[in-house]
Amino acid sequence: MSTRRTLYQFGYRRCPDQDRPSPARHPVVVVGAGPVGLCAAIDLAQRGVPVVLLDDADRIGEGSRGICYAKRTLEILDRLGVAQPCLEKGVTWKIGKVFQGNDLLYAFDLLPEGGHKMPAFINLQQYYLEHALVARAAEMPNLDLRWRNKVVGLSHRNEGVTLTVDTPDGPYDLEAEWVVAADGARSPLRGMLNLSFQGEVFEDRFLIADVKMKGDFPPERWFWFDPPFHEGHSALLHKQPDDVWRIDLQLGPHADAEAEQKPERVLPRLRQMLGHDSFSLEWVSVYRFQCRRLERFVHGRVMFAGDAAHQVSPFGARGANSGIQDAENLAWKLALVIKGAAPESLIDTYDLERSAAADENIGHSTRSTDFIAPRTAQELRFRNAALALARHASFAKRMVNSGRLSMPSTYETPLSTPDRDTWSGSLRLGAPLPDAPMRAQDGRPVWLLEALGGEETILHVPNGDSRPEGSRVLVIGEDLMDEHGHFAERFDATPGSTYLVRPDQHLAARWRQAAPDLVKRASLRLRGVDA
Amino acid sequence: MTALVSESRFPDPDRAYRALIDAHRGLSDQDSAALNSSLVLILANHIGDQGVLEEAIALAKQSLERSSPDRS
Repeated sequence: MSTRRTLYQFGYRRCPDQDRPSPARHPVVVVGAGPVGLCAAIDLAQRGVPVVLLDDADRIGEGSRGICYAKRTLEILDRLGVAQPCLEKGVTWKIGKVFQGNDLLYAFDLLPEGGHKMPAFINLQQYYLEHALVARAAEMPNLDLRWRNKVVGLSHRNEGVTLTVDTPDGPYDLEAEWVVAADGARSPLRGMLNLSFQGEVFEDRFLIADVKMKGDFPPERWFWFDPPFHEGHSALLHKQPDDVWRIDLQLGPHADAEAEQKPERVLPRLRQMLGHDSFSLEWVSVYRFQCRRLERFVHGRVMFAGDAAHQVSPFGARGANSGIQDAENLAWKLALVIKGAAPESLIDTYDLERSAAADENIGHSTRSTDFIAPRTAQELRFRNAALALARHASFAKRMVNSGRLSMPSTYETPLSTPDRDTWSGSLRLGAPLPDAPMRAQDGRPVWLLEALGGEETILHVPNGDSRPEGSRVLVIGEDLMDEHGHFAERFDATPGSTYLVRPDQHLAARWRQAAPDLVKRASLRLRGVDA
Repeated sequence: MTALVSESRFPDPDRAYRALIDAHRGLSDQDSAALNSSLVLILANHIGDQGVLEEAIALAKQSLERSSPDRS
């Protein structure tokens, strides 16, 4: 059931490609204007690659869907120019609480330290994120977003793909050197290529309801095992903007999905949970979760991203977050390949790095689902034993799993140059850089990640020798002032420390003292060039 | 990496065994199973080594096969 009316409607417009005698050829066609496709398209366009973005619908706003956006995702959105409206509208949070029955078992803080531009998480209805992304896309002259353009055919050609696109004016063909398939969990493109999408299906059904009410719960993630208002099952409560609350109730394996969505079933459940009935239903859906993935994300010139490539259960907010991280991983690589600055094999590292990330996400999400929805009597005993022990023994708190919230992956990748020196601090090889508050040369405050942007960059701490050579070098203490010492601490920086940063802000290499030929080789290596 | 120790370690294994029996005396099967579940978690954490835990699971599974010859 969906009571929400469409929030944003966009118009179909006929485009010149539909009137050409032979198909137009584009470097990249992105299929699917959800968060993942929009991020991929914007990132590519920002990197100077002209993009066509196709979507079979012409509206957004049906259901809140993904609501939790993690710090790393916000950092990516910031680079794409859309974090600000999301932060302004979103509910910022970082505290999670886990209850059993009426009792608080423990609380966790997802970002206990300061000195980061982005918060641990915001909650925001997916349609607001999509709207901000669509607005950003509309500003970009080299991004051509076509609504009601539905891909109905795909064939591989030499060095490219031909797509058949259906529109209200009838079908037309398009040629693309590369296709990004971000067409969602049911991905029609996956079907067109006959690719299997395998994994684990969880039997338990969950009711997801968005409720509008004036509530006095704090902006925190509250999770209950066996709450008094929903005995024997689990429940989750999350705050969204506009006085909307996300409620997630476990229904068990035998629930009737259709019947459970009817107001006469939903409303009493919610009344029991909230203790009143001064609320209205925004959106209701009943889910059964799956954790599955494509075996490979790259098929010739077609690259799958987001839900089209992998699907996880929602405990941990790993769906949209990992999809947007896919988009960012792919965009810089594809841009370099299209510009001839990297070999085509660089795209294989998208498969490698994001497959590993998908496995990590599927692992976390599977383990969370196992804990939340035990399948056998003994699984339930273990679960209940862990919950009971958590009250007396700290080790058991760490076993209680109500969802492990999305963290960015640390890539073990051939693009990294292995460390030769010893490092402490929170920076990890292959991981995104931790942020830090800095000052620019002119004294204006700037965040480290803002200063980095989306270009390959060398960060260098001077030691009296000459600056290292690279396409872009930022010297700490000259270009960026580390006023509060956060950089030095997080990067374990000493005079001479040099860091090579990928265009996606992940660390590719670091040295205590950098010899020019080592830096040069590491830079080639991060672009997939044999050195 | 430490390996699972399968040689006897208690100075008095009979007393250790007896402690387990005592813990279960008078419990229903259901309570016994719950108690064992807590014990397993506590002891697994005390071991604190994924490799040893997995070896222990493998050994236990092996003994399960032997103790149920009629299982097909």
